[in-house]
Amino acid sequence: MTFDDILAIPPYSLNEVEKDKLLTERLLDLTHHHLGSCTEYKRMLDATGFMIGDVQSYKDLLFLPVRLFKELELKSVPQEDVVKTMTSSGTTGQAVSKIYLDKTTSSNQQKTMVKIVSDFTGSSRMPMIIIDCPSVVKNRAMFSARGAGILGFSIFGAKKIYALDDNMKLDVAALREFLEKFKGQRIMLFGFTFMIWQHFYKELLRLKEEGITFDLSNGILIHGGGWKKLISEAVSHDEFHKRMQEACGLHDIHEYYGMVEQTGCIYMECECGHLHASNFSDVIIRRPLDFSEAAIGEDGIIQVVSTIPESYPGHSLLTEDEGTVLGIDDCPCGRKGKYFKINGRLKNAEIRGCSDTYAAKF
Amino acid sequence: MQLNSDILNKVQYLVGSAEIACNLLSVAAKVPFDDEIVEFLNDVSRELMKNGESKAYSDVVTFGFWIRKGSVLKLKERFNENDGIHLGKGVVFHIAPSNVPVNFAYSLVSGLLCGNSNVVRVPSKEFPQVKIIMETFNKVLESHEAMKPYVLCVRYDRDKEINDLFSSVADMRVVWGGDQTIAELRKSPLLPRSGEITFADRYSLAVIDSDSYIVIEDKNRIADDFYNDTFFSDQNACTSPRVIVWTGRRIDEAKEAFWNTEHTLVKSKYTFQPIQGVNKLTQSYMIAVAEPGVIIEEHSDNLIVRVKVPKITDYLMDYRDNSGYFYEYDCKDVLDLIPLVNDKRCQTIAYIGDKGTLLPLIKSGVKGIDRVVPMGKTMDFDLIWDGYNLPTMLTRTIVMS
Repeated sequence: MTFDDILAIPPYSLNEVEKDKLLTERLLDLTHHHLGSCTEYKRMLDATGFMIGDVQSYKDLLFLPVRLFKELELKSVPQEDVVKTMTSSGTTGQAVSKIYLDKTTSSNQQKTMVKIVSDFTGSSRMPMIIIDCPSVVKNRAMFSARGAGILGFSIFGAKKIYALDDNMKLDVAALREFLEKFKGQRIMLFGFTFMIWQHFYKELLRLKEEGITFDLSNGILIHGGGWKKLISEAVSHDEFHKRMQEACGLHDIHEYYGMVEQTGCIYMECECGHLHASNFSDVIIRRPLDFSEAAIGEDGIIQVVSTIPESYPGHSLLTEDEGTVLGIDDCPCGRKGKYFKINGRLKNAEIRGCSDTYAAKF
Repeated sequence: MQLNSDILNKVQYLVGSAEIACNLLSVAAKVPFDDEIVEFLNDVSRELMKNGESKAYSDVVTFGFWIRKGSVLKLKERFNENDGIHLGKGVVFHIAPSNVPVNFAYSLVSGLLCGNSNVVRVPSKEFPQVKIIMETFNKVLESHEAMKPYVLCVRYDRDKEINDLFSSVADMRVVWGGDQTIAELRKSPLLPRSGEITFADRYSLAVIDSDSYIVIEDKNRIADDFYNDTFFSDQNACTSPRVIVWTGRRIDEAKEAFWNTEHTLVKSKYTFQPIQGVNKLTQSYMIAVAEPGVIIEEHSDNLIVRVKVPKITDYLMDYRDNSGYFYEYDCKDVLDLIPLVNDKRCQTIAYIGDKGTLLPLIKSGVKGIDRVVPMGKTMDFDLIWDGYNLPTMLTRTIVMS
């Protein structure tokens, strides 16, 4: 099973049994590969007594906590083959994940993304509005998650503009001109949920009060990055949809779930409001107490597997996100595979102890 | 001399007042174990013991028991020195740790028993234990008017100005809360003749002789003891064993019995938080990468995660975690432990078996190990704590010849 074999299949076409077979085969191959190419990975597996021969299903494979990519430099290719190092967006002082990509993995990420997103947008490219500022993607040597997301989605844009300037102000004139030029055409909009809310939606609302309106009813918005920062503003998923439509007529809105540690394999929200796993990847919900697989409808910690990572041992990861599988193969949207929802981040532990480390009151 | 009242008014007084604080420097020191102090503490003890609220908190009950007259007089006997006249140093400024509820009270009583006037900064978190003890102190002080200048409990947020003020009048400063808090307080200067007792970040271990353990009949009691040493404080107190060293000839058998009993207890008592499982998994993989040959022991759930290490190294504690994460080492020779204990951060050894077998390790001249105590006793406070003889450090000795 090569990655190209998986690419040849429509991304949401396999049922549970078929997908299990495909994932098991491909992920076992990847496990073999990383065992042979990444000393650190081999040491972890050796310490657990993991026997590759015992694996019946991809669900039996070990998963690495994503935090390990912040602590260690994990790669399965020689440094000279690394063409890109992606980092997670962390605030200053916080450790960031470092993900090493070679040519193959990097190109497979892009191909996968095209397959997945096209299933929602159609295969033709569209004029595209990036709801962010241009400086985010300036430094190409180090890709932040935000920059990587923008560049990843940029391939869907025929003609692109950044809606915000480097001071995060909406460029009203440019936006107006762009919409005028592509009037009547379908337009793609992309951005991070919080940025969209803070710097786009709120500005549209303000302009509307001044009598300046924009019609984006022809647009399709894809957004990601999570709701954490919007919780303080009490903006839910449904509220977000409602308010966007009110502000500019935008109603074709899709969230996606993804992470820098498994770029390419994003989970898109369908017309029914469900996040979907494609053939390229899967989510497994784990019970916190013993990491056994949770039942459909049961909350737990999200494990993600991806068929892409060859240059780093990131094909099976335990995230720090909580989620719930809603069903398999039977979403009314017609796509096969698991569909699920995200419930947020795991809470930091509240623990006792003599040392005031996290309290840091003094 | 009076203290700056503008600064004193920024402080919240749980016991005492800005007025009392203002006159701190004119309070007379007392002799250690002064009768009035002993009586006062005994009254506090009695109040705590009969207070229905205290019963819900084993740490409050333990504290109440420790300050009753009988217990204090035993301490007096132990620390009765005949090498001169002893007096309290004067003013002791205590900084209690923010996430151990009752620790502040032990620090306060240590200062008090030695004859000092005390200013204690209590945890900013609103622990019910703190509230119960404060109310009791206030109540008992009403009938011990003369003790009021000796007991001040304060609460304030990060504020260097207040730290500066109390530090500038302290004869001794007692800082709990670990390295970060100590570093913060060191920014506030002390007077030339003033001293400081610092409780830095420490780690602890347990040494279990498998032959002794196997013959103990009541293994559930041992499980309770170990629970109190570890899970009770999320295995994150300086005294909590993080490495379990096994000696003797029946190690495998002992481990199985020990961990099975412990697991049953933890499962019934401990409140597990989802992120703890992720943390333990992360740390076990980190050590696997750093130390080839480690074995992550099979576990049916994430309550107890054990990692067997092939050798003891001086970097093992860089990979420590808490809430039920243990390193284990099968030990043939106690001197193997030198890399772990020859470190100023190493504090307590909890033991099952013959403590005498640890003497060669201590006598090898290691920098760590301040306490060797039976399993279950790691948290028992004593006036000799963390390697410090508190009565010696909180008093001065007057020579009359």
